[in-house]
Amino acid sequence: MDVFDKLKILTDAAKYDVACTSSGVNKKAAAGGIGNAAASGICHSFSGDGRCISLLKVLMTNACAYDCKYCVNRKSNDTPRASFTPRELAELTINFYRRNYIEGLFLSSGVLKNPDYTTEQMIEALRILREEYRFFGYIHAKAIPGTDSGLIAQLGMLTDRMSVNIELPSQSSLQMLAPDKSKHSILAPMKYIQNRIQENSTDIIKYRHAPKFVPAGQSTQMIIGATPDTDFQILNLTEGLYKKYKLKRVFFSAYMPVAENDLLPTLDTTPPLWREHRLYQADWLLRFYGFTANELLDEHHQSFNPYLDPKCNWALHHMDFFPMNVNRASYTDLLRVPGIGVNSARRIVIARRTATLQFNDLKKLGVVLKRAQYFINCGGKVIGSLKISQDKVLRSLMSEKTLGMYHQSFPLQSQAEQLSLFEQPPMILSGFPQEDHQRCLTNSL
Amino acid sequence: MLDQFTLIYRYDGSFDGLLCCVFESYDKKEIPTEIILPDISQTLLFAAKEIRTDVQKANRVLASIPEKMGFDALNFIQRAFLTCAPKKELYILLFLRLGYRHGRSVMDMLADDAVHTLFKAVKHLDNESHLLKGFVRFSIFSNVLVAEIEPKNCVLPLMTQHFCERYPEERFLIYDKTHGMALVYHPYQSAIIPIDDLELPEPDEQEQSYRALWQLFYDTIEIQGRHNPKCRMGHMPKRYWKYTTEFGSSSKKSLLKLENTAKFLIP
Ligand code: SF4
Repeated sequence: MDVFDKLKILTDAAKYDVACTSSGVNKKAAAGGIGNAAASGICHSFSGDGRCISLLKVLMTNACAYDCKYCVNRKSNDTPRASFTPRELAELTINFYRRNYIEGLFLSSGVLKNPDYTTEQMIEALRILREEYRFFGYIHAKAIPGTDSGLIAQLGMLTDRMSVNIELPSQSSLQMLAPDKSKHSILAPMKYIQNRIQENSTDIIKYRHAPKFVPAGQSTQMIIGATPDTDFQILNLTEGLYKKYKLKRVFFSAYMPVAENDLLPTLDTTPPLWREHRLYQADWLLRFYGFTANELLDEHHQSFNPYLDPKCNWALHHMDFFPMNVNRASYTDLLRVPGIGVNSARRIVIARRTATLQFNDLKKLGVVLKRAQYFINCGGKVIGSLKISQDKVLRSLMSEKTLGMYHQSFPLQSQAEQLSLFEQPPMILSGFPQEDHQRCLTNSL
Repeated sequence: MLDQFTLIYRYDGSFDGLLCCVFESYDKKEIPTEIILPDISQTLLFAAKEIRTDVQKANRVLASIPEKMGFDALNFIQRAFLTCAPKKELYILLFLRLGYRHGRSVMDMLADDAVHTLFKAVKHLDNESHLLKGFVRFSIFSNVLVAEIEPKNCVLPLMTQHFCERYPEERFLIYDKTHGMALVYHPYQSAIIPIDDLELPEPDEQEQSYRALWQLFYDTIEIQGRHNPKCRMGHMPKRYWKYTTEFGSSSKKSLLKLENTAKFLIP
């Protein structure tokens, strides 16, 4: 089998992995070396599905001894198998890297023979890259659950980022669909990596040149929609992972049906991209906007509103928080306004040092007035004292089409009922607004 | 009165030249309504005032900027000068006048027209240079890395450090077709030089096979069930596709004479 065939098979097998970022670390090549990394990450291309391509994302092998039901590489699946030799993979990486196709390598693998053997293969590929080619570019490696911690430690010295996939959002889902894995086998290496990162950071303070262990931190991902776990459970888990394991990122991937199995959604199920999108929005709110999971969802509201992003949804439930005076509100309060993002909030705080801001100034600062106008004022007299109906706000937050669908799902409507509409979004989502599928994850809400 | 509305400066297109416009504006207590380049043909209704570039005057202005409004402001207008914003010269002049009056806080005056316009322009420049750090594609010809770009802004100065740190042991060249210049590097020296044209040789077998491997990777990594061309276009506008290997375009030959720069690359 030549390297073309291998690349095709092992890319195809890796493509469901979400993370492709090269962010989190700044470095440059030492003399005689090649490669640097930028903390912001660099996208080298975008694939037809709109996802960033930053790293050469492949598997070491797609031959797998495990039988996770949701995975194309599971043992019981009849699919062509291939494995890179460590040297083939290193050479491919360096040649792509020299041509500026990629920022580095994202290496994952099926379980060949056993977790330790697989990890040894991965280590050898990375060793060739780091030692022989003196490669300083970005490397993200997957820790295979069940690998000996000594090998994880070795792998960690060669990589910038590591991840252990949570795979499914609950222990019961795991038991059902990934019989060879357990919560323990996933969380143990995660904990181990976290501890090593922490130890290492104190070493680096003590000895400036102490080699770095996973300097860009660790991330994880989980599959959405293959199991009955709710948005609330998922978001809580996510928050827990950030807090307890100090993860840099949690990724979500809408389940693409790849197998006929009674335990899984049928093959003709469309992937719940809108849920994935909402989760990313909420994740963003947790990481950059100072929200907690419990503010966005709770026991009684376990699913995201399909028609409103979580921040707008929160704002509409907390009208008493508004209107906010943009000339006085604190940065953290500004972040709560729909239509004001991290950048525009920062610019507001800067610009108001030298001027009292008016509505038309806000536009220049990047505020989306169409959304924000109902939640802010500029101090002084409030324009009119118009009582804003929820419908009017909704109209400003949604396109005509979405609004139409919203009203269809929620036939009108006394004021009280209207309010309750926000509380439990319908679970029928077949006719879900197309644009939400189309939209990409935006950086600020 | 009429003069107030029609005062046009013509400068030589250099940063020093622009600083001399600033000097002139203060010296004569006047504010131009336009600052134009020498190659703008004289179809204007009113004659332009020629501003001669005088290094001494330019240096005086240059030194005064960090003093009056900080190094951030200097760095900022230097980058603003690289942008493709229409009337950037005039806005830079207005920005500096504002800076002389208000000091450092000029950088906070984001709601001011000149400041806002330049911030937007610089953001565009920063975005474009960031994107191109990823979208540049090198082809390897006799062990020299060669790439071509067609940016709107003059991005090469902002890409120099990145690529020098990425490929310290390589020899490479990035040709900016829009502005007729190239970033050239060999260990451990870089320069931005004017270049009119460049002729690329046929890619050898190895080069071709890596291009093909990359295209294969690119096509395979997409999840078909999530096909979303609109989203891709948002992130990677079509104008960048021309020189990216994955869209099968690098077979297109541009006129790029490698020998011209060989002197620099092969010391
Ligand atoms: S371990 Fe499970 S998820 Fe990983 S490749 Fe094997 S079957 Fe797929």
